[in-house]
Amino acid sequence: MRNRIAFALIAVLLLAAPLVFSPFRLDLLAKYLCYAIVALGIALAWGRGGMLTLGQGVFFGLGGYAMGMHLKLVEAGPGQLPDFMSWSGVERLPLLWKPFADPVFALVMVVVLPVTVALLLGLLVFRQRVRGAYFAVLSQALAAAFVILLVGQQGLTGGTNGLTNFQLFFGLDLYDDADRRILYFAIVVVLGLSYLVVRQLARSRYGQLLVAIRDGEDRVRFLGYDPALVKTFAFAFSAGLAGIAGALFVPVVGLLTPANLGVVASLELLIGVAIGGRYSLAGAVGGALLFHYAKTIFSEQWPDSWLYVQGALFVAVMLWAPRGLAGLAGQLRDLVAARRRPAAPAPTVLEEARA
Amino acid sequence: MGTLNQLVIGASIGAVLLLASLGLTFTFGQMGVINMAHGEFIMAGAYTAYVLQPLVGEQAVLVALPVAFAVGGVLGLILERLFIRRFYGRPLDTLLLTWGISLILQQVARDVFGAPNVQVTAPGWLTGGIDVGVRIPYNRVFILVLAVGCVAAISLYLSKLRQGRRMRAVMQNRQLAAVSGVATGRVDQATFFIGSGLAGVAGVALTLIGPVGPTLGSGYIVDAFLVVVAGGLGQLRGAVIAAFALGVLNSFVEFWTANGASFAKVVVFAVIIAFLQFRPQGMFVLRSRALT
Repeated sequence: MRNRIAFALIAVLLLAAPLVFSPFRLDLLAKYLCYAIVALGIALAWGRGGMLTLGQGVFFGLGGYAMGMHLKLVEAGPGQLPDFMSWSGVERLPLLWKPFADPVFALVMVVVLPVTVALLLGLLVFRQRVRGAYFAVLSQALAAAFVILLVGQQGLTGGTNGLTNFQLFFGLDLYDDADRRILYFAIVVVLGLSYLVVRQLARSRYGQLLVAIRDGEDRVRFLGYDPALVKTFAFAFSAGLAGIAGALFVPVVGLLTPANLGVVASLELLIGVAIGGRYSLAGAVGGALLFHYAKTIFSEQWPDSWLYVQGALFVAVMLWAPRGLAGLAGQLRDLVAARRRPAAPAPTVLEEARA
Repeated sequence: MGTLNQLVIGASIGAVLLLASLGLTFTFGQMGVINMAHGEFIMAGAYTAYVLQPLVGEQAVLVALPVAFAVGGVLGLILERLFIRRFYGRPLDTLLLTWGISLILQQVARDVFGAPNVQVTAPGWLTGGIDVGVRIPYNRVFILVLAVGCVAAISLYLSKLRQGRRMRAVMQNRQLAAVSGVATGRVDQATFFIGSGLAGVAGVALTLIGPVGPTLGSGYIVDAFLVVVAGGLGQLRGAVIAAFALGVLNSFVEFWTANGASFAKVVVFAVIIAFLQFRPQGMFVLRSRALT
């Protein structure tokens, strides 16, 4: 009951935000909400599934580019080329771009592209029981390779500049404040729905299985389940959420560059979840909002010290609050309990899988 | 001609990769610690050469090698003592912790040395090159020799010295080593010192082939980790083979594809994923009956 009231309260607050915020601040909030959608996926894959994905930016980017390509094509009009292509001397529309003129195809691809990549990587990697730190390293390498590919294919992807100058989003005028407000509401709704779905998933038998695999993969295997499938599903689901978030990010921010989805960007997606609390969905969402808000404030005021703050945040959270802000209460409770019963045996914590 | 040229380029990329990943093989391999700040230790080594340059003059690079080893080693030791030892058994958290540290170190470098890149002048005897069908610059030869030298020194350390044998014991079975009287904590410190020191040496080597900047190390860290993953944890042989294989693969893909550099990383990534299908734990694996 308390959770429902909190959920309703936050929903009302988010829906009422346009009344209070200037269009500029509302845009920022919309951007943070996109990151919060990614955070939900990370909370599922990392918090519940124990898969530290350092390449979430790739999926964010795949969704974003699918959407961006469609918007550029709509803007250019039938038979015309997007602006950046003529700058880089491309004369005919590349084959890869053609189907994205169709809105349905583009919308499907926003989810299908990231999910396919995640399914492929997940199946190939998890089937071989590659996990833990190995998986983290591989996902990070994927992000690094993806960015280099995007930057290198100037004529196809806009290179370092990425895709810019969006004016229309499915009939919404992106230069109009009222239309942008509709976009904001759409994002709030998507975030709310994603939250409900992920929560349901986490509470289901599947969610329990996922947590069981995180804490003792081999034991679950001996019980007859296939951990690779369970993990891959969670990973692909989180990739799909990141793709949707990326697609919404494009019209809100008005540009998508490789810098939005590289190694560093992927880690920034992650740290919000770590700060808020990886084991709590609400914590992950709140942490993502908080982190990106802090980033905006700091890099506006003291751009030089932001890296110190960000680095210190990583260190502090990992040292003192590995369960994040949402887990602080539980952590305190454990501390008090430990004080009261000093003789109690330490709880057996399974070592995280070493490889 | 083309092939030989690509082989030479590949070998020199491989030598750099090897130097960058050598230390990781041990910190990652023995302790299961993913040290994202390893790249910043590389950067610290490079700046060591830069700082020594006005003091020492032309031969700064040579003097810098041992000094950078000490600088990297001490930084690593501090990191281990202050933070990492609290994190054993939590490798993923260590990764994020050390990433935070690496951000801080990058900003420190920016504040101390400035954001623009700086140059270290190579000694005169490293200019020019030898001709073996293709021209190999002396600085590339030097890096190759340095990498081979480091590998030789480490393998001697691991096989001949008592301290090195203890390190191998801890790497193969930490608990058994502990009950046999090996002070595993001490060994961990030594491992971290040596691993981070090697990063410092790699940094000095990098000054020979390019400018030095605060993000010097972060450019190498991802590839260095891939070398360790492909080579196998704590496997010197694996790291050597993987580094050169990745280097050569990189240079050939760049050569074959029209818009090369951009595809090379993707191909390398795909090859590694494919390779892990056959050898999920890398090229060489410690035999063990443990499940994970």
